[in-house]
Amino acid sequence: MKKLILLALMTTLTVAGFSQSDKYLAAMKRNLAAIDSSFSNPPSLLSLANTFERIADAEKNQWLPYYYAALCQVNYGFMVTDKAQTDNIADKATALINKADSLSPKNSEVSCIKSMIASCHMMVNPMQRYMQYGQESNTEMENAMEQDPTNPRPYLLKGQSLKYTPEQFGGGCKTAKIELQTAIDKFLVYKPASELYPAWGLQRVQQLMKECEQ
Amino acid sequence: MKFFMIFMLSGFMFSASGQVKISGRVTDTRNKPLAGASISILNSYDGATTDSLGSFSFNSSEKGAQVLEATIIGYASFQQKINLAGTAIQLNISMKELVTELKAVVISAGAFEASDKNKAAVLNPLDIVTTPSANGDVTSAFKTLPGTQQVGESEGLFVRGGTATESKIYMDGQLVNNFFYSSTPGIATRGRFNPFLFKGTVFSSGGYSALYGQALSSALILESKDLPEKTEADLGFSIIGAGGGIQHLAKDKKSSWGVSYNYTNLWLAFKLIKFKPDFFLIPEYHQGDANFRIKTKHGGFIKYFGYISANKTGFRNPDIDSAGLKDAFSITNLNTYQNIGWKDALGNGWKINTGISFSTNKDDISNEVEDANNQKQTITSPAFFAYKNFTLNNRAAYAQARLVLEKRMKGLNAIRFGSDYFYSNEKATYTLYNGTAFSESIQDHLWSAFAETDIYLTNKLAAKIGGRLEHSTIMNKWNAAPRISVAYKFPDNGQASFAYGIFYQNPERKYLPATTGIDYSSATHYILQYQKINSLRSFRTEIFYKKYNNLYKTGISNTGREVAINNEGSGHASGIEFFWRDKKTIKNVDYWISYSYLDTKRDFLNYPTAIQPSFAARHTAAFVFKRFVLPWKTQFNLSYNFATGRSYYRIAYDNTQLKYIITDAGKTINYNSMSVSVNYLPNIGKKNPRSFAVWVLGINNVLGQQQIYSYNYSYDGSRKEPVTAPSKRFVFIGCFLSFGIDRTQDAINNNL
Repeated sequence: MKKLILLALMTTLTVAGFSQSDKYLAAMKRNLAAIDSSFSNPPSLLSLANTFERIADAEKNQWLPYYYAALCQVNYGFMVTDKAQTDNIADKATALINKADSLSPKNSEVSCIKSMIASCHMMVNPMQRYMQYGQESNTEMENAMEQDPTNPRPYLLKGQSLKYTPEQFGGGCKTAKIELQTAIDKFLVYKPASELYPAWGLQRVQQLMKECEQ
Repeated sequence: MKFFMIFMLSGFMFSASGQVKISGRVTDTRNKPLAGASISILNSYDGATTDSLGSFSFNSSEKGAQVLEATIIGYASFQQKINLAGTAIQLNISMKELVTELKAVVISAGAFEASDKNKAAVLNPLDIVTTPSANGDVTSAFKTLPGTQQVGESEGLFVRGGTATESKIYMDGQLVNNFFYSSTPGIATRGRFNPFLFKGTVFSSGGYSALYGQALSSALILESKDLPEKTEADLGFSIIGAGGGIQHLAKDKKSSWGVSYNYTNLWLAFKLIKFKPDFFLIPEYHQGDANFRIKTKHGGFIKYFGYISANKTGFRNPDIDSAGLKDAFSITNLNTYQNIGWKDALGNGWKINTGISFSTNKDDISNEVEDANNQKQTITSPAFFAYKNFTLNNRAAYAQARLVLEKRMKGLNAIRFGSDYFYSNEKATYTLYNGTAFSESIQDHLWSAFAETDIYLTNKLAAKIGGRLEHSTIMNKWNAAPRISVAYKFPDNGQASFAYGIFYQNPERKYLPATTGIDYSSATHYILQYQKINSLRSFRTEIFYKKYNNLYKTGISNTGREVAINNEGSGHASGIEFFWRDKKTIKNVDYWISYSYLDTKRDFLNYPTAIQPSFAARHTAAFVFKRFVLPWKTQFNLSYNFATGRSYYRIAYDNTQLKYIITDAGKTINYNSMSVSVNYLPNIGKKNPRSFAVWVLGINNVLGQQQIYSYNYSYDGSRKEPVTAPSKRFVFIGCFLSFGIDRTQDAINNNL
């Protein structure tokens, strides 16, 4: 009888464990599907960031929800019109990505977010902040390329940053297109490690490419 | 047993389907809705984000006692225990705003800041080097801000009716004596330090913090850079010399060291530009510095900076008391300065900032009367002529130790206190034409203790209250100086500040030894400020009143020197100032305008009565314009400085009345000076450039406008000569190269 009860308890625990994982998978999938549509809508982006943060805090040992929470926060930071808010939002994104970083060190995707956060800080006052944040953004971009040479996203970030840099400073579409094409080539062969793994970016690259070709 | 399992499973499923609705509204303490607040049941997925009306609503499948948390950037997080037992929960949450640096009012009365970080900064460090009238001199850029005078005949900052000696300069908390190269008659010297050494500068034109003292008018507070972003080397060549340096960042990015050397020689400039004085010793400067910076475990720094310079110059001007004779002045100077400091977090909200500095200065000055063939003449009749031949040898050593502790309390509230000890030993030997030498040495132990507290009542209202105690062995007396400032921020981000303070100062070295029993001179400041600053436009206005008490009066000692004899002088200064900077209205153009009105009179030194001092103009204005033309990779800068004429006086001792009287007075013409500079950056946009070059062309007083600073009188007062700039225009051409380290070795080898 004792054995049976133990077995039963173990079974229920396992079932509960499975369903917890199912719950995680389901919640993540549902919210990942909402990412694309939220990019044009800052309030829903913030709401999504908060949702990922709740999942992350409840799970505690998954880096992906922290990663997505940071991704949504930093994109929200780029979109917010009140520049006085930008640094605070970027700092919030930093707190989130640092948690992802400690759960999954030297991760190319995490480095991409760090690069985006530095760019976000820079946008507040590009002329004054380029020296500090421009370099930080580039360093993280290079780290991302080194940590996973198959990851197309650092090339997307590089192409994007070049596109918005004036030609006289070495930017412009001509140089940006080289990086964007590299990103596209990598996207074509890129396989996310799991269904929750970052897969975003192809649409954005294609859009940037189109803008450059016009 | 199957039954048991089914029971367990169904129990689980039951919990998954039994949901409770939680809804409510989030507001600030004034009942304004907060959008974007995150609501969550701790350790669960359940939660929501508030909409634009502050409302939220979600269903939770959690059971029993839980904690609901609300968070939003800039507010203290809110937590409440709730019990989920099937009935819907309705919550109204009120969140308290945090006092944060970003939102809080800045206590800014009297202060101008140049930094990248602080939101109250009106200049950034690059402005100091791109303001054409400043010629890359740290202090000169501040002459385009309100409150300062356009004094061209001597160095230093003359602020709000104060003399240059009433402005003190601090580097990382340590007083820098001899910040400027040693004075030469009628020619303003430059600051010794390279402006690129500093990451932040606060220029206070009054009402500064209790952490600083011994300056009746103004404090210029410089903060040295932390670690460089990467290892780099630089080289510079210009019409006035050449120099180079290296800053090496360790691989782990935790420490760095650097050295630099500069050589300045005006030989080439003299070949190209006409100078009024006849320079028999062409100005020549050797200057070297070294530093190291170590980042500590808790993010603090240990920093060392060391500096040495040797320089000499000598020039002849026509002697004012004769026809055909000349006065030949020469000076050689050797100066060293060393400063080591440690600032760190000690944990529990405590911070330490401590350091010591040591400096020495040696001046060897000689003056002689020469004939048309530049031969030394000793003329004993009339007697005053003989005294024009003299030598003066100054030897000085200074040491300082300083400790400041800070305890950060809730929000931005903090208290700061500490102590400071400053030792000076200054020896002067004055040798007359006949070899008679007078020598004296002045030592001072200046001890001070200070405390101040930052009180942030809300993000809108803050105060800084402090006090300072000083004891100098020259006076052998104590002084106590209160300092108070209050700032209030309006909803539109404009802010008003008020500052009050008392400031004390010892007599200048040259008026010592003073009569025994002499006391500190003092000034009381009242400043009212309004400013509205954002990253594109800044507006600032200040009204001030400054009362001088116990200013030093001078008399002739029995060795024939002018020394401080009593504290019976007094004075006042009041005025209004405006500053406007705009980067928005005209595309790619950044300009600023400043205007100061000053009403001041003082009775000090040998002034017979209270008069408008000769260094103070009533109206001063400056205009600075900068435009970067991207396709040309070129920045164009222009500055225009204006001041109304200054008073000048001949003050002489009347042997019948036995007192000083004014025998002649007048007003100089208005001061106008327009300077332009062009910076060309050819490497902008090159991919992986080997080097980064900046070409600079600068022309001071490009229109050649006549500038008369003051007048010199002959001994008997029968003649007067205008004091003017040594050259009508000055043209600076230079090229500065910097290199990332990986290619530096090649580049240096290729270039040298």
